[in-house]
Amino acid sequence: MIRGTVHIETEICKGCELCIAACPQDSLALSSNINRKGYRYVELVQDNCTGCVNCALVCPDSAITVFRQSKSAVRKIVSASV
Amino acid sequence: MNTITIPDEMELVYSKPETITDTPLHYCPGCTHGVIHRVLMEVVNEMGIAEQTVGVAPVGCSVFAYNYMNIDMQEAAHGRASAVATGIRRVLPEKYVFSYQGDGDLAAIGTAETIHSVNRGENILIVFVNNGIYGMTGGQMAPTTLLGMVTSTTPFGREQSAMGYPIKMTDLVAQLPGAYYVTRQAAYTAATVRKLKKAIEKAFQFQTRKKGTCFIEVVSNCPSGWKMTPIEANDWLEKNMLPMYPLGDLKVPKE
Repeated sequence: MIRGTVHIETEICKGCELCIAACPQDSLALSSNINRKGYRYVELVQDNCTGCVNCALVCPDSAITVFRQSKSAVRKIVSASV
Repeated sequence: MNTITIPDEMELVYSKPETITDTPLHYCPGCTHGVIHRVLMEVVNEMGIAEQTVGVAPVGCSVFAYNYMNIDMQEAAHGRASAVATGIRRVLPEKYVFSYQGDGDLAAIGTAETIHSVNRGENILIVFVNNGIYGMTGGQMAPTTLLGMVTSTTPFGREQSAMGYPIKMTDLVAQLPGAYYVTRQAAYTAATVRKLKKAIEKAFQFQTRKKGTCFIEVVSNCPSGWKMTPIEANDWLEKNMLPMYPLGDLKVPKE
């Protein structure tokens, strides 16, 4: 499975939970901590992110940056397993 | 912009465009204004036309749009954004000009300006954000409010006998000969955001043809005005707003 990860700008996250609903892998959840504005922010709670970008597309505050395994890294893993 | 280090063996697949400033948005949690701002600016950034684009901000929730979009912006009087955009486009015919308006702005006080701008076939893009309510002033009834919808000025629901029917501005505008590309989109799921981006891309490309006005309605939510959580608001939007305002192209240029 292609692996990905997200970086969440916790200070501008307003905890609207739209990304949680959009995530097909259930990788995101609300944190029990709050940010400087008093919102519970979103964090990555599982290691099964695929970097599908759905969360970043629906985020109204552009708080999410998405990364995905680079092709060279995938090739390395595939060649090692063969 | 804050620097984010890319994790080992990963590559960047999505980040906010350079044409969006780092200013935190003042919108309520879950409001799709932020999504629409970002999608517009992504298109401007990807087409490389940030230097040639002028936006017109309206009065309403998105009155501070000029703080968030890192391009040339102009603030217009309530409802007059399309008239101001007309002026800018006529004086600077090589620029890409868009106006960004809400339903209280475009469909109520600015009805005349909107209809006549489109009827004249001005080469501008009008982005119409329709959430069926006056969000900024406290959730009063707007012309686009659905029948039976509860707002702060219609506490028992909108009644046809006293307040009339919701107005479908996009359908009205699509009949005018000056309209070149008219479409209705939404921004509440990842799929609809992708479609919205394609529509905005097309609309910016059509502007160079100088054939008429491009008009994009975006069916939007208002969690605070509707008194719902953002997720409930999006469900409500899908069940109630979309049957009244069905998504899709209303007028596409031939060829």
